[in-house]
Amino acid sequence: MRSAGLFPHIPSYLGTYGSLIQQQLTMALLSVLFGLIAALPIALLCVRYPKIYPAVVGLLTVIYSLPSIALFVLLVPSTGLTQTTVIIPLSVYSLAALVPNIVEGIRGIPEDVRLAAIAMGYTGARRLVAVDLPLAVPPIMAGLRVATVGNVSMVSVGTVIGVGAFGALFTAAAQLSRSDLAVTGIVVIVALALACDLLLVVAQRLLTPWNKRRSA
Amino acid sequence: MISFVQVGKTYPDGTVAVAATDLTADSGRITVLVGPSGSGKTTLLRMVNRMIEPTGGEILIDGVDVRSKSAPELRRGIGYVIQNAGLFPHRTVLANVMTVPRLLGWSRDKARERAMELLTTVGLEESHAKRYPFQLSGGQQQRVGVARALAADPPVLLMDEPFSAVDPVVRKDLQTELLRLQSELSKTILFVTHDIDEAIQLGDKVAVLNTGGVLEQFDTPTELLANPKNEFVESFLGLDRGVRRLSFFSSTGVPLRPEPVVARDAPAAEVLARRGAQPWLLVVDGGHKPLGWLTAEQVPADGDLTKVAVGELVSYGHTFGAETDSLRAALDSAILSPSSRAVGVAEDGRVVGVASVEELVPAIRAAQSASVPDTGRGDLSDAGDPVNPVTPGGQGDRDDNPETV
Repeated sequence: MRSAGLFPHIPSYLGTYGSLIQQQLTMALLSVLFGLIAALPIALLCVRYPKIYPAVVGLLTVIYSLPSIALFVLLVPSTGLTQTTVIIPLSVYSLAALVPNIVEGIRGIPEDVRLAAIAMGYTGARRLVAVDLPLAVPPIMAGLRVATVGNVSMVSVGTVIGVGAFGALFTAAAQLSRSDLAVTGIVVIVALALACDLLLVVAQRLLTPWNKRRSA
Repeated sequence: MISFVQVGKTYPDGTVAVAATDLTADSGRITVLVGPSGSGKTTLLRMVNRMIEPTGGEILIDGVDVRSKSAPELRRGIGYVIQNAGLFPHRTVLANVMTVPRLLGWSRDKARERAMELLTTVGLEESHAKRYPFQLSGGQQQRVGVARALAADPPVLLMDEPFSAVDPVVRKDLQTELLRLQSELSKTILFVTHDIDEAIQLGDKVAVLNTGGVLEQFDTPTELLANPKNEFVESFLGLDRGVRRLSFFSSTGVPLRPEPVVARDAPAAEVLARRGAQPWLLVVDGGHKPLGWLTAEQVPADGDLTKVAVGELVSYGHTFGAETDSLRAALDSAILSPSSRAVGVAEDGRVVGVASVEELVPAIRAAQSASVPDTGRGDLSDAGDPVNPVTPGGQGDRDDNPETV
């Protein structure tokens, strides 16, 4: 069996490297996106009502500690053996990285800037969009990077319900005793994670030309 | 005009931030709220644009209760300058200045045009427009802060310790700049500071507040310096209030004697004649600029002053502008020189004459008995006000340039 080269042949039932990468990224990035969409209102509630913040963080930490496989089992009856079943738990996991970063980001806005925004006559919603969120971009991006890198890797666990993308490759590697497949899978996943991370760093630089910490 | 009518603020825990206060900030004037921390000065200021709501009384701007509009709408009509400038770090200088006009719904072009114009007004260059706040110095940031507050041309400007975070040199620049702007714009300015010097320099009227938000005295700076109402105000003003008050009075009443002034190349006979009459001679150069003092004993026996090296002359400290500077500057000039004599110069630097500390005393006495100064901020701000006619203290010209401006 040929196993030379960076991309050894993979069993045809797994598809191609291209299709595996596409599945891996689709599930990982969608889960981060949904996580971000859910994290914003949760974080804003925590900023508005600081008393609930410790409880929310505690809850997210508990959820983060739940084994994903257990969550898949719980979800399969309603969402079936689909990518959705993988995306939902990963979205929820992302909250643990995203919510605290958004909260700290908004809380970290300098008091004089916050007061100036109020004194200029911003209404609450407009201030959020025009001042608070743009200024919270650096910590939010930091949270997104953690969530993205984590999810790109964790998607593999979906192989237990048959939608694991590169997870399926690892399963095959175990069944066929093909350590070359496992190594390739790891290399590709790490490369994907780093590529996503790099894109986020570039995005952040483009979004925050005002951030003195990098321009200095 | 901003009127505080029995305005008070008591927090739910019973802490009194502002005791029931009556105060009126006149239109087109700078009213300074000064006091130690915990004196409620910032609280009073922020009640005007409803960043803090009072628990008692009412605040009127030109007779209209501030609560008659929604808070954001009210705020867009009131300029606000905060400590550290509080610029939006994610926006360029230009975008910062455009903030309120954009909130008011101006077109982008109109707002940009107005913002560019204001940058020039506050002494910034057009090249600053595209920069981000972190690329500016503290003083430049605060100038942008002032421009941002002025952007929509509000009649009322609230300034919340705007210059307290910059170094003293820059602070002085900004203060001077504010007075210059104010002489052009005539805004109704409420200015909060904990610095009594700043209050006295900038305020047309100064409200001294004590801990617990108690208004101890509300007067013009000169009246405050001359007649503090109680011990608190007196101690807050410090131990040099008498001298400091002199900065509001022109030095034109000081008698400047030309007799002790002698040119270095003057004829020997003239030098010897003057030596007999004067204990100190001020030696001047060919352009009549001061070189230094010489005691009568130091004058060479033959009266040839060129024998005395310039380095041997006694320092005259600094001169004061006979037409432009205050009595305080004159007094300081006399105190600094070992001869105890002040050197008065014309605007071109030529020596007009000298006056000893003793000779300054009558002018100082006259200033002390005068309730209204003939120069300085009082003169500038009260000019033409029929309610507070200016009664000059006898000396000086009403057209003198106020030295604090």
